[in-house]
Amino acid sequence: MNYADYVLAHFAKEVRLEWRARDAINGMLFFTLLVVVVFAMAFDPASYPTITRQISGGLLWVAVLFASMNALNQSWARELKNSVLDAHRLAPAPPSALFLGKALANFLFVTATEMVLAPVFVVFYNLHPLGQTWLLLVVLPLGTWALVGNGTFFAALSLRTRNRELLLPLILFPISLPALLAMIQATTSILTGDASPMLWIKVLFAYNIVFTTACLMLFGFVLQGE
Amino acid sequence: MRFVTGPTPPPHDRIKPVKDSRKSTSLAGIWFGLTMLVMAYGFYQAMVAPKEATMGNLYRVFFYHFPHTILSFIFPYINCVASLLFIFWRQSKPELAAKADAWAVASAEITVVYSTVGLATGMLWGRAAWGIWWAWDARLTTYLLLWLLYVSYMMLRSFAAGGQTAMVASVLGVFAAIDVPICYMSIHWWRTQHPAPVFGGGDGSGIDKSMASAVLWNVAAFLMWGIFILGWRYALERRRQHQDNLATEAMLRGDIGSENA
Repeated sequence: MNYADYVLAHFAKEVRLEWRARDAINGMLFFTLLVVVVFAMAFDPASYPTITRQISGGLLWVAVLFASMNALNQSWARELKNSVLDAHRLAPAPPSALFLGKALANFLFVTATEMVLAPVFVVFYNLHPLGQTWLLLVVLPLGTWALVGNGTFFAALSLRTRNRELLLPLILFPISLPALLAMIQATTSILTGDASPMLWIKVLFAYNIVFTTACLMLFGFVLQGE
Repeated sequence: MRFVTGPTPPPHDRIKPVKDSRKSTSLAGIWFGLTMLVMAYGFYQAMVAPKEATMGNLYRVFFYHFPHTILSFIFPYINCVASLLFIFWRQSKPELAAKADAWAVASAEITVVYSTVGLATGMLWGRAAWGIWWAWDARLTTYLLLWLLYVSYMMLRSFAAGGQTAMVASVLGVFAAIDVPICYMSIHWWRTQHPAPVFGGGDGSGIDKSMASAVLWNVAAFLMWGIFILGWRYALERRRQHQDNLATEAMLRGDIGSENA
């Protein structure tokens, strides 16, 4: 087996588990729907289209961020049952393949949620984007990977702590703040059409490259470390 | 069947207690005394420096704001290097790795302390000079993020399960250090409203010569103070590690009751 086969095997296992249980996706979908409803109570999206365009980008990412916390925590909690994690430690597979497979699976789940969430936003908030909407197809995957890549890594790290469900957001949010800033700014400038999102897309791209490299390099240490 | 063991040595025979040499203790005392002297002189200088043309006496908070802020950018480097050294030495040289971890804790805590003082004095000054406590401009936001990152580092340390604190924390230390320049650049692009820095802010920046000595004395004082508490915290952390080792040793020997030895 070469490296890609290992990654694929881990990825397929995650997807199979999720397909059978549908824990993560169902939870995330309902949660984000609730967030959309709650924010609609905080301001009146239908009457103020300009304000809606200005803040929808932020709302979308906040909803995705909070929803993905739950999925990220669950994705490693699964491995604790029956000491699967110890089996992973003993396995001759490269540790970073485990990380990559899991991160890709989480990426798929969160992207699936976004695919449902984005149209809901447009319909419920009466949203008329003024910029180049197709660029969202670049921003959404880049932003999702920025959250999910680091998120999967830190979820594995917080396995070694007490109170890990609470700890994950506490350590993930500060690290993700530059990425959050970039994805919110990019989305907002696409929705309002005021400015070019290219700078922020570049920031997201650089952020992803830097942190994915760091995650891949340090994951073996996190998995094996005692 | 019964396993019988020979007489076990008392716990202190195995691991030597941390004993500071007389030299390092007296050096710490001398350093502390010097720091206090420099700090007192710095205070005197800050109070006798002439009034600033537009802000009057208000600007004197600068003599404390500036040293804390500038120094809180130095300690994270120590944290990053110590975290990397811990990762590097963890398998091969556990003793050196434990030392590196002690430096990492000490520097992270001092980063939090200094940046808290920097934020607090900055807010006091901002309230008096701009009329608002806080503005979401590039420098303030970056600085807040630095503070948040190292507070989250301390949180992680306090939450980590026993024995794994150092490993977990070293990884976050490296990530935080990678994050700081990215934060700096992205927030810089986001908004720049803060007045240009007093030092190195291009033409028209800088301070009057009569105020320079007060700034230098205070930077020196708080640098010395930072080094003093860094060393102090390091020694404390080494003692705590030693205490943990003793407890583990005692537990491995089934020597319940002497965990607190």
